[in-house]
Amino acid sequence: MTETKTTIAMPGGLPGEFVENTRAGRSLTGEAATLLLRSPMVWVALAVLLMLVVMAVAPSLFTSLDPRQCQLLNARKPPSYGHWFGFDIQGCDVFARTIYGARASLVVALLATIGSTFIGGAVGLLAGFYGGVTDSVVSRITDVVLGLPTLLGAIVILATLGSGDGSSIIRLALVLSVLGWATESRLMRASVLQTKQAEYVRAARIAGAGDLWIAVRHILPNSVTPLLVMATLSLGGYVGAEATLSYLGLGLQAPIISWGTAISDAQPYLASAPHMLLFPSLLLTVTVLTLVLFGEAVRRAFDPRSR
Amino acid sequence: MTLFQPNSAFEPLLRVDRLSLALGSGPSRTPLLDEVSFDIQSGEVLAVMGESGAGKSMTALAIMGILSPGIRITNGRISYRGEDLLNLSPDRRRGLRGPEMAMVHQDAPTALNPVYSVGWQIAEVFKVHKGMSSADAWRNAVALMMRVGLPNAAARAKDYPHQLSGGMRQRVMIAMAIALEPRLLIADEPTTALDVTVQSQIMQLLVALQEEKRMGMMLVTHDFGVVAENADRVVILYAGRVVESGTPQSILSAAAHPYSRALAACVPRMDEAAQRLPVIPGKPASLADATAGCAFAPRCPLRQQICLHERPPLREVAPGKMAACHFSEEVLADGSRAVVFKP
Repeated sequence: MTETKTTIAMPGGLPGEFVENTRAGRSLTGEAATLLLRSPMVWVALAVLLMLVVMAVAPSLFTSLDPRQCQLLNARKPPSYGHWFGFDIQGCDVFARTIYGARASLVVALLATIGSTFIGGAVGLLAGFYGGVTDSVVSRITDVVLGLPTLLGAIVILATLGSGDGSSIIRLALVLSVLGWATESRLMRASVLQTKQAEYVRAARIAGAGDLWIAVRHILPNSVTPLLVMATLSLGGYVGAEATLSYLGLGLQAPIISWGTAISDAQPYLASAPHMLLFPSLLLTVTVLTLVLFGEAVRRAFDPRSR
Repeated sequence: MTLFQPNSAFEPLLRVDRLSLALGSGPSRTPLLDEVSFDIQSGEVLAVMGESGAGKSMTALAIMGILSPGIRITNGRISYRGEDLLNLSPDRRRGLRGPEMAMVHQDAPTALNPVYSVGWQIAEVFKVHKGMSSADAWRNAVALMMRVGLPNAAARAKDYPHQLSGGMRQRVMIAMAIALEPRLLIADEPTTALDVTVQSQIMQLLVALQEEKRMGMMLVTHDFGVVAENADRVVILYAGRVVESGTPQSILSAAAHPYSRALAACVPRMDEAAQRLPVIPGKPASLADATAGCAFAPRCPLRQQICLHERPPLREVAPGKMAACHFSEEVLADGSRAVVFKP
């Protein structure tokens, strides 16, 4: 193998095969990713996020216990050798329930983020691209939605709808998206207004491209970065919002295991059994912190001034 | 190239007829162009010259139909192969951009989308207008990049705009403009953002393509050298009005308007001893503060009473030469190059 290689090598020069294809094209996103991965904090955040995702997808990898196999006899027992996080009020293993709770919490946060980013992105693109009357109407609606306090709005809507059954994860995510898209929309609108002025947009128009093509192919990819950063940052917020609403008894309900429901269940026994509150809260805090730190790192990587 | 003058019975490729533009409306209206007229025939290079703000780029944008909102056409016609462009539907107008008329920008560095590879952006033209498959469009894009002289085109096509030099980006822009073989090419100061050494290469490429495809070309420029070498005819704009038109040689050697004469006198010459270049006193006028008379009158050394009150019409002052000056005959009779502007 090595011998054939040496015979190919051209006399006094590079082997011919190395001449082509040495430079790979590097996009802005590619450069941002390189920059992102240079920071050790990002690696830590990515490791934690990966662990959380695995936890949500395959919780049984982390614990052999079934979070729904509970012995009332064990209720409120403090941490011990076999059960590091102790037992909750129903005598279920807190560690197992915290692990299994990741799925619901993260799915709600992810769906709410996708939903609000999608709605906000589309509305902002519409307002920014068409301007004029469209912009005025859309922006005033955005202002109204922005004026609604998200949590209060969610409390009112969820309390009015009453407790549903199986679909409460989707319902919670929907309510959070519908209330949360306004900031994204404003951000997207501002970004689109800026991108719209770019010479290449005019160039595309000169080349005879239509409105839809220009909006989707030229303006969207160049203005979506702040929106993506915002989405990363808001993931943590939605994890917190889910916990808050579930704690208030309005978000996810009993059969679903989530961090919010666990914290809600533990609250009355804070004095006598603090471990029940401590561990779900700890994981919640770590998750939110990781997401916020990661979002901040993404923002910095895309910010041309930080290069 | 102008040996075969098209029969006057044929419509020219492009006819701009008494085109006037204004910014805004009502009392705050600012005129930008005032009754600008010219023709471009197929296979002909028409240079449009003038100071910054004279309306050169505005004219180009008006022809392409992409004036900024707020700028309105207040008068005149633009017809393309006999078809009145101003009465076309926006969709029909958009359909012309690309296959029929194309434009090369003055600002190549920013006219390419930073998030796509340059090959993608050239291929895009084929996809949008011809509905080609991605693979076909890509092949055409690479072939076109070779045609405009980009080395190693197949690999270069995967590069992003920031990886190319200014000259290469301008070549990419040219490739995009000629992709659909338009009949009319508008080059709006195609070399201003480039190094001097690259400028002449880009001009050579543009003119070679223009001759090869028999395109009509409107070349917006400041550069008399470029005009002398490449243009068939020249139109000189001053404050949104045409002051003179004719062949480059006749304007360089014997301009009939004091302004064109002064412009020509500002070109440094290799065959004369070094001396200070003449300057035109005063500041560039805009139509906004134009008087009833000649727009150039406040700066003109030949100014008479009539110049301040009566606007000189654009008239034929010599065969093939139009000028808008009351005293063109006197200017023409004076043979010396810079006599009009003795310091």
